Amino acid sequence: MLPSSFEYHRPTTIDEALELLASLGDNGKVLAGGQSLIPMMKLRFAAPAHLVDINRIGGLDSIEEVGDELHIGALVRHKQLARSELITSKYPMIAAAAPQIADPLVRNLGTIGGSLTHCDPSGDLGAVMLAANARVALKSKDGEREVPVTEFLADTFQSSIEPNELLTEVRITSPTGAYGGTYLKLERKVGDYATVAVAARLGMANGSIGVAGIGLTSVGLTNIKATAAEEALVGQAPSQELFAEAGRLAAAAASPVSDVRGTDAYKRHMVEVYVRRGLTRSAELAGVA
Amino acid sequence: MEVTITVNGTAHTLDLEPRQLLVHVIREQLRLTGTHIGCDSTSCGACTVLYDGTPVKSCTLFGVQADGVEITTVEGLLTAAGLDPMQAAFKEHHGLQCGYCTPGMMLVGKALIEENTSPSDDEVRTAISGNICRCTGYMNIVTAIQAAAAATTDAPANA
Repeated sequence: MLPSSFEYHRPTTIDEALELLASLGDNGKVLAGGQSLIPMMKLRFAAPAHLVDINRIGGLDSIEEVGDELHIGALVRHKQLARSELITSKYPMIAAAAPQIADPLVRNLGTIGGSLTHCDPSGDLGAVMLAANARVALKSKDGEREVPVTEFLADTFQSSIEPNELLTEVRITSPTGAYGGTYLKLERKVGDYATVAVAARLGMANGSIGVAGIGLTSVGLTNIKATAAEEALVGQAPSQELFAEAGRLAAAAASPVSDVRGTDAYKRHMVEVYVRRGLTRSAELAGVA
Repeated sequence: MEVTITVNGTAHTLDLEPRQLLVHVIREQLRLTGTHIGCDSTSCGACTVLYDGTPVKSCTLFGVQADGVEITTVEGLLTAAGLDPMQAAFKEHHGLQCGYCTPGMMLVGKALIEENTSPSDDEVRTAISGNICRCTGYMNIVTAIQAAAAATTDAPANA
């Protein structure tokens, strides 16, 4: 399968990329890992007239803590995320998700910035970043704005990025105190989209739950942040009853559809089960189970 | 667009249309047909090549992206001294039947044993989980990759 013809641009600096994106407007599209965009182009679901390949831009692939935040560069590959010592030692929810994305060959190229901007409701990192209350940095010639992922993941395959903007970084507030998190994914086989997946995390404060995050994959038109379930957890002491209640609230927030991977009722039930299990695992990691 | 891609140690300067996929460049322009096209949709791994040493699906990259990159295809495994230990192990342990997935499996195996000289069953199975084989049931592929790892470790003089 061949994509439609396009013009190829390969900037080597962010400024050069922003200049190109500004001049190309709606005709330009950023190429990062290409593991979703190129298949979309081959199927002619996407046919950008110009591709701006950002893979040769230096400095977009770092994972570092800056002050009380974790900054993940847009070009960080899933493999790099899965192997980062900082991530595996301190960010268990991301560490659990990264090695479950797609398959190893796709993880060698696929990037965090590309994955989020693609806005696939089956995307794993969307759910993780919703649960993490992440922000994305969007740069343009006019400056930079920081957008919460809740706003960024606007609709199915539709982020709130403007044509002249480049996603440069994902930012997360670093956890403090006792905390834990995980990502549970039900898939038929490696590389298939999730039937259902759940990102969950808990942070403790003075013996009760101080922060909670729950994100859902493949059960709606976008990744879903289970806000009611999160709110029900905060301020409470961790318990199985509480986690079961959060599971019920998250399942109510899901709107799955029946397909070859399962019925809507089955998927909704699995959200409930995985939220309960994910929170139990998070509490174990936080040392409060 | 003019690009220079090094394939199996030989630099090729090519004039490519940007929409040409790397797999098409390798097969149709360079006539290296050991790299297969299976699903053509990023699912099967038959088109796996090493991209600066990292296994990737060449159906999901544009040829122009490989400008300045070193590509290894299955043809690059063969040396003047004969079969690569990975090829010898696939032959010895019957790690193939129809052979369609074999180039991808061997290249993923090469990349794996490069960084893990003694991979466990699980580690091999994870490494090849992006490559589909419809014949073997994977048992002999796992055995072959582990045997190649052992052969490579035991005979460093070959390196």
